[in-house]
Amino acid sequence: MKKWLPLILTGAMAVWFLGTLRAPAVKDFDYGAFGRLPVVFNGRHQPMDSIARNSLLQIREKQSANLEPWKGDLEKPRIIPAIEWLVAVMTKPAVADEWPVFRIDNPELTALLKLPEKDKEKECDGKHYSWKQIEPSLDVMQEQSTRIGGREQRKESEAGQRTPFERAVMKLHDRLVLYMRLKNTLQPQDARDWSKELAEYESLLGPGVAAIQAQQAKEKYDEAVFKKFVGYAQKFDAMARLEPPLVVPPHAHDGAAHGDWTRVGEALIEAARGESLPGAVRHYAAMAGAFQRGDADDFNQQVAAYRASLAPGFATELTKSGREVFFNRMQAFYNAMVIYVLAGLLACASWFNRSDWLRRSAVWLIGLALIIHTTGLIFRMVLEGRPPVTNLYSSAIFIGWGACVLGLVLERFYKDGIGAVVSSSVGFLTLIVAHHLALIAEHGDTMEMMRAVLDTNFWLATHVVAVTTGYASTFVAGFLAIVYIVRGMFTKTLDEATGKGLSRMVYGIVCFATLFSFVGTVLGGIWADQSWGRFWGWDPKENGALIIVLWNALILHLRWGGMIRERGLINCAIVGNIVTSWSWFGVNMLGIGLHSYGFMDSAFKWLMGFVVSQLALIALGLLPDKCWASFRNRPPMPPAAPSRKEMKPGKRDKGRSKLAPA
Amino acid sequence: MNRLWKIFTSLRLTVVLLGLGIVLVWVGTVAQADEGLYQAQSRYFKHWYVWGLTLFGHKVPLPLPGGYTIGVLLLVNLVSAHIKRFQWSAKKFGIHLTHAGVILLLVGQLFTDVFSRETQLRFFEGQSKTWSESATDYELAFTTDAGGDAEEVVVIPQKLLMQAAEKGVELKDAKLPVGVRVKSWWKNSRSAFRAPMQANQPPLTTNGLARHFDFRQTGETKSMDSKNIPTALLELASPAGPLGTWIASGWAGDEVMVDWTVEGYEEEMGPQLAKAVRARLTEPQGFEAGGKRWALTLRPARTYNPYSLTLLKPTHSVYVGTVTSATPEGIPKDFRSRVRIENPQTRENREVEIYMNSPLRYAGLTFFQLQMDASERTRQRGRTPSSTLQVVRNPAWLTPYAGCGIVGAGLVIQFMIHLVGFVSRRKTK
Repeated sequence: MKKWLPLILTGAMAVWFLGTLRAPAVKDFDYGAFGRLPVVFNGRHQPMDSIARNSLLQIREKQSANLEPWKGDLEKPRIIPAIEWLVAVMTKPAVADEWPVFRIDNPELTALLKLPEKDKEKECDGKHYSWKQIEPSLDVMQEQSTRIGGREQRKESEAGQRTPFERAVMKLHDRLVLYMRLKNTLQPQDARDWSKELAEYESLLGPGVAAIQAQQAKEKYDEAVFKKFVGYAQKFDAMARLEPPLVVPPHAHDGAAHGDWTRVGEALIEAARGESLPGAVRHYAAMAGAFQRGDADDFNQQVAAYRASLAPGFATELTKSGREVFFNRMQAFYNAMVIYVLAGLLACASWFNRSDWLRRSAVWLIGLALIIHTTGLIFRMVLEGRPPVTNLYSSAIFIGWGACVLGLVLERFYKDGIGAVVSSSVGFLTLIVAHHLALIAEHGDTMEMMRAVLDTNFWLATHVVAVTTGYASTFVAGFLAIVYIVRGMFTKTLDEATGKGLSRMVYGIVCFATLFSFVGTVLGGIWADQSWGRFWGWDPKENGALIIVLWNALILHLRWGGMIRERGLINCAIVGNIVTSWSWFGVNMLGIGLHSYGFMDSAFKWLMGFVVSQLALIALGLLPDKCWASFRNRPPMPPAAPSRKEMKPGKRDKGRSKLAPA
Repeated sequence: MNRLWKIFTSLRLTVVLLGLGIVLVWVGTVAQADEGLYQAQSRYFKHWYVWGLTLFGHKVPLPLPGGYTIGVLLLVNLVSAHIKRFQWSAKKFGIHLTHAGVILLLVGQLFTDVFSRETQLRFFEGQSKTWSESATDYELAFTTDAGGDAEEVVVIPQKLLMQAAEKGVELKDAKLPVGVRVKSWWKNSRSAFRAPMQANQPPLTTNGLARHFDFRQTGETKSMDSKNIPTALLELASPAGPLGTWIASGWAGDEVMVDWTVEGYEEEMGPQLAKAVRARLTEPQGFEAGGKRWALTLRPARTYNPYSLTLLKPTHSVYVGTVTSATPEGIPKDFRSRVRIENPQTRENREVEIYMNSPLRYAGLTFFQLQMDASERTRQRGRTPSSTLQVVRNPAWLTPYAGCGIVGAGLVIQFMIHLVGFVSRRKTK
């Protein structure tokens, strides 16, 4: 039985994962088909589904909408997928405005906006509020955001100096703006019967333009037509000014698109200038009408009709949209994270129980998680047409992936559960980091476009991949060292052989890390030389990478010189964790230089927490043998640091390479 | 001597230097937030020692060896250790290769630091230029008509002007009919238009530029995205007698600063006044001496090339739909300049394309795409599109490429030796 357990467990998890891949069944409205419609937002082609998820992630910090947040999980609150929420916001805002999706955590802000407190009877959880609830206080919001924004525009203060209250204000401000954008994507937000209004506007095009021309020429004109037409034009202009997603594709002739995507508001104004009204505007109006009437069949037909009209000229966009929706649904990184946790627990347990089936189960599960992780990584690369790392978010995913592979390789050699624990814990932690980076990503989009200088796959594939591999391996060395200290200090499981094996692993990984961080850092310099003629500019991110190289080189020299031995090496490797986290995140928080991605105040305390925890571990590592559960009953270690004479190459040295750890 | 040799060849010195290097790089990075990149760079990295550190806004009175000291000592340590311990063995080949690469990198960087020169070339669509300009240094140029198309130019570099200001000496040259006394040299200054009908202070002098603009001294800037604009108060004298006091300022002689000033006035006071400001600022100011009319300007120091570059077409493309209120210029997708090179010496006349990550390497110089002012917005505002190239002369530019390759190869070889040994050991077990 135990022989088969690992396989059974992994099979069960695989089935669970594959189950999440199935598209949800269409009950009435085919939200899935709407979600696959291509649009342009944030500078890139993406499906409606991505807009829905990313927007909800920004507004509610979740990818789904809980419409009854005051209910406990067991009371089965009504939770709808992001795309369902988006369709309502875009086509039936009167309903969506009542849904409590705006997350507000700051009590000062809740008080300022006079929002109700947590009260289950009154159906409020004290954290999520609807547009309708916030609307009466929009003036107050405006006043606050203008004050803060104005101050920063006049350079009297910086975004990094905002108080928690001000941060909450600006966050909510951005969320409200985004919501207004979405409401004005397909139709003006106050449209009652958009199809009818659209028809009226079209019929007014001729007489309306004539009336305006007559009015400007100071001739007689039809005042009623003039007023109505100008009213429409102002409304559409306001729509376009909000800068909603670009849903109107360019005209397609002979299977190729000419021009750029535009917004509905812009297309409507262009129509007054004599352009023909694009079909997309009408199609979307028909979808909105059907959804408002609750006519699912008509809605589904309209979506299908619009898709069919796109098919000739926009085959690539349609395919890409479909793929991205699948990628969204797969949630590869989240699901991999769940499996890593399970695997990590099993591997830890195997140290105490010493039973091999636990360890093997862990390894199998990590294998499965790694397959899912890799699938996600490759899928993302294909969607973006880019190497794996394009931003901070994807660097977290790649570092986790690299660390996982390294850990599995170690496990393959040593078969002692240590590689498995490191694999799963670094995999889990980096994916958690990625998850939170996605929350603070600009526009909630983790696949944003690359700015001009970064728009080069060659350097992204070489420099960035090498540097992040360097990060990943330094972390693996550091986590191996943590395993050493935790097991040695608190358990009796770190026997001499395990300790030696661990330090040998750390040493090997440090060598590996030196290679990659060095090559990566210098390649970065060469890229800089290629793009602006400066090999080294002392930019914070460059310096961070340099510190990793220097630190790894320092460890190696210390080891070769016999200045540190097993325990010293372990402590140094943990310092590597601090150094790497500094380079990865710390330098971005300085808010200076070419690589600064904006001030991440929320991340700062986590970074500090991590650094403190590592320092604590080093402090533990420095305690004498008698404090270590594993060492208490062991004969004392031979005296540290061999004399320098031993270091000299010579006959005595012949037996072992100078580089080989003792 | 023997002891010194022992110290210089010791591994302990390597470790200490690497440790100090880490501390220095970290401190120098954190200090950038307070001191600015430029100053932090020169104070911590391009210096022999550092006295007084800035950490997170706090001054810490501690000394540190500077980047030069650490770099040179590491180099000495590396080279001498290799002289002492070098022995040929296949097992150590990777180590030797790695260290040789590191030596090459260090030497190359030192060389770059001493010999590389950076200038900038900004040109408008259709404009041809045979020179590039310094981003930091200025020069005082005296220009006169030499008949035909030719111009005679006499140039005094900034360094000489500053020395003259300090020592109070008169600068003279056989080619120049006047002597120049620098009454004051302001490293950084501000300018303001003396609008008519306003209560103005009396002007600095009653000649040329000073009639229409006020200048005053201001603190030196250290940050990366602003620069020092010098102004000089000059006393000119010809053998025939004094020619009065004149103002020469970067605000008038630097094209970029003129544009920037005019734009500011346009936003605040409207196009009419802006036009007047531009006319006054660029109006040649001059004097008669030795039977010729001379003009004087304080302009960015120029480096001339024996060939010309013409900007045929600047392209500034952005991602669709990203021109929004938050990013009025859009998210840049591509900057590229189509340029014609005309070299009478080689009879070359060809077009090239310079864009991000793809510079032009020509006649010992490298031209990089630096800035671009050619967006939709630029054209809508009625401005002529322009492009700025970074021009770099760096004879050591190949050393990092070679160094990286050598160190990478060395590490891989050493790593493989270990790995193979490790795996075969485990197999035999």
